Amino acid sequence: MQVAPQVFEKLASRFGAQDWSKSESPKSGNIRVIVPAAKVFDYLKFLKEECGFDFLADITAIDYLYYRGARDRFGLVYTLVNLANNDRLVVKCFLNEPDLTVPSAWPLWKGSNWMEREVFDMFGIRFDGHPDLRRILCPQEFVGNPLRKDYPLRGRGERHNFQRLERQQG
Amino acid sequence: MELELPENVFLSQIDKLASWVRKNSLWPMPFATACCGIELMATGASKHDIARFGAEVFRFTPRQCDLMIVAGRVTMKMLPVLQRIWQQMPEPKWCISMGACASTGGVFDTYSVVQGIDRFIPVDMYVPGCPPRPEQLIQAVMDLQIKIQKEGTLFGSEFEKKARQESKRALLQLETVTQTPRPAALPIVTNTTV
Repeated sequence: MQVAPQVFEKLASRFGAQDWSKSESPKSGNIRVIVPAAKVFDYLKFLKEECGFDFLADITAIDYLYYRGARDRFGLVYTLVNLANNDRLVVKCFLNEPDLTVPSAWPLWKGSNWMEREVFDMFGIRFDGHPDLRRILCPQEFVGNPLRKDYPLRGRGERHNFQRLERQQG
Repeated sequence: MELELPENVFLSQIDKLASWVRKNSLWPMPFATACCGIELMATGASKHDIARFGAEVFRFTPRQCDLMIVAGRVTMKMLPVLQRIWQQMPEPKWCISMGACASTGGVFDTYSVVQGIDRFIPVDMYVPGCPPRPEQLIQAVMDLQIKIQKEGTLFGSEFEKKARQESKRALLQLETVTQTPRPAALPIVTNTTV
């Protein structure tokens, strides 16, 4: 997958060459830009407004707990698409407990609303400035973040925690 | 004793008459949440035609139904809805648990999927399969008809007997914890980069 080289020149002139790093996924061929978590909003804003990445395709996260060779706990992944020339760029930043807060991308893309809610629900990463940061898939009273690797697969008994209805109660 | 009956007059028990009426006019409530729901639709469609057994009137309001067909997996978020719909159905009512997921949780042995709806609502018939063929569902309806005819009473006293049997089941001793202490955080390997 190709990304126009001007994008990286612009990034280097705006943020410097040391602030971010570029890599290519050996399996998928995705071009990734790894940025510091504190400045992820600035990068997204710059990529949207100056480099033409006008479409936010996805926000997701990865829990690197127990992952061989990992240095950080969470990876937060934004997939951006330039709809003019179909360039696809992955912006990634790393987060560690206890500071799991990043600025919300909602001021840039209104479509990030539900994607950030999903990441919040599944991983417990908080998005500062999000208009309505609630759980989206799990019930509101749910405790825990199911896609974290330390969350047990069979849960903590939530699926049994209901009253049994007898026939007379119909 | 010999009794002369006029033409078109039959003698029966009122319990049997009520059961006969009920079994031939089951109104299903399709609680279809997954791929079993597609087979449920096929069962209702012209090729398999559940109307042959008097159960073709699918109603999407529980107030008009007396047979709940749970087709598909039920998550812990969905179960309160299922229970409320079950409670809204008028008596007498029956429940068919269609497919592996509704009966046991199937392959989804995860935190969010209820491991068998019979843990939380009464079930009369279980249909195995993933998903079951329409013939299997029709067989379940036919078996349910036999069951209703054999056990049914006008005032539904058979349900009390069933409830006594069901409460004996060991499934009542399920753990109902919501929060267990988290395991201590494991060390994160710090030798190479991602």
